[in-house]
Amino acid sequence: MSPLAKLLEAALFAASRPLTLEELATLGPEAAGEGEGEEGGEAEAETRAALAELRGAWAGEDHGVELVEIAGGWQFLTRREYAEPIERAQFALRPRRLSPAALETLAIVAYRQPVGRLEVDEIRGVDSEAVLDKLVERGLIEIVSRGEGLGRPLLYGTTPQFLEILGLKGLDQLPRLDELSVALRPPAPAEPE
Amino acid sequence: MTAPSPTNPVLPEQSGFVVELEQFSGPLDLLLHLIREDELDITDLLIAKIADQFLAVINELGLNQAADYLEMAARLLRIKAQLLLPRRLGDDEWEDPRSELVRRLLEYQQIRELVGWLQQAATRRAEQLGRGYAPPSPELPPAPLEIELNDLLAAAERVIALIPEPMLHRVVPRPLDVEGATARIQALLVAQEEFGWSDVVGARPSVVDVLSAFISLLELAKRGALRLAQPAPFAPVVIRRESPREAA
Repeated sequence: MSPLAKLLEAALFAASRPLTLEELATLGPEAAGEGEGEEGGEAEAETRAALAELRGAWAGEDHGVELVEIAGGWQFLTRREYAEPIERAQFALRPRRLSPAALETLAIVAYRQPVGRLEVDEIRGVDSEAVLDKLVERGLIEIVSRGEGLGRPLLYGTTPQFLEILGLKGLDQLPRLDELSVALRPPAPAEPE
Repeated sequence: MTAPSPTNPVLPEQSGFVVELEQFSGPLDLLLHLIREDELDITDLLIAKIADQFLAVINELGLNQAADYLEMAARLLRIKAQLLLPRRLGDDEWEDPRSELVRRLLEYQQIRELVGWLQQAATRRAEQLGRGYAPPSPELPPAPLEIELNDLLAAAERVIALIPEPMLHRVVPRPLDVEGATARIQALLVAQEEFGWSDVVGARPSVVDVLSAFISLLELAKRGALRLAQPAPFAPVVIRRESPREAA
């Protein structure tokens, strides 16, 4: 492996969360020192190449972990086949499952973000304040801005943590609405009452 | 006194408000469930049938006290009533009162489908474990402290140098002699019916003597042993023996 790939391996091992390409690009020797005038893109390109090399090195049957692209970053994760024995031995816990109400709310926030509580209530047909609060507490959604309407309502959006618990690289990996069996027009502009 | 026996457990009192949150996540969920069960067409909803079923189910599940379900029940009944109103044939103005509900049901059905997708993604993600399961810290932990003994001593000296001279409060034994002054005044009272302030404290009294005599005079006046008078502002105080009759 190249020296940079080994450096990335060490960094990814030390961090217990996904590291983004940008973060990893700051590790390289040229990023740390003289390369002031240099394009940042060059360090990122090198990092990208080293990541590909590193992933190749861990791919295949010889290892129990693999390098995974997730939540806009990279992380070493155990291979699927080992989750059960590890959990049975109680070395690690799987994340708690989300309730149907929480998943409904997450789905609405993910597709309509930035979205206010009233719209979530409207779509779900139930008061969603408590669920939204709990999702904020778990770091899966966050307040991203305030709306224009009456009382300048808080608007919610998803966080990288949301992508992480779903194992997604980015929001664009969510299914497109027109791929669903129930096709629906995009949200109509607010109708005058 | 004794713990309840296992055969006769103490049941918690039943409250009237029982909401089966696990079963349905809301009135739309319940409606969809009913529609699916009856294999009805969402876009051409048989409102009368579905409204009756909805009411029956929420009564059975004890959901009839939850506002969200009640609101939906009311909405269904209103649509049912609107559909019963006569309308002219070929009336273009007429809008199907069900359309809003149908739109919401379709929208909700889409959300349910997404929920299924999210659930699968989360389950699949949970098959892979990251290193450790500590919550991600927003900042790096501080590096372990490295320090030489000399640096530490120098730092301690700098800190000590900054401390100002300690401001000690001097505690002195209380030098007031109220009892002595009282004895002196009582002796004077025996000898004279009336005397002045300077007779009590002398010509050049210390602050302590003045304070002791003053407190003593006030105390004796309170007890009714003497009477204090001052003929004019800033004039010497005149002390007069109180007659026994008035003192009683």
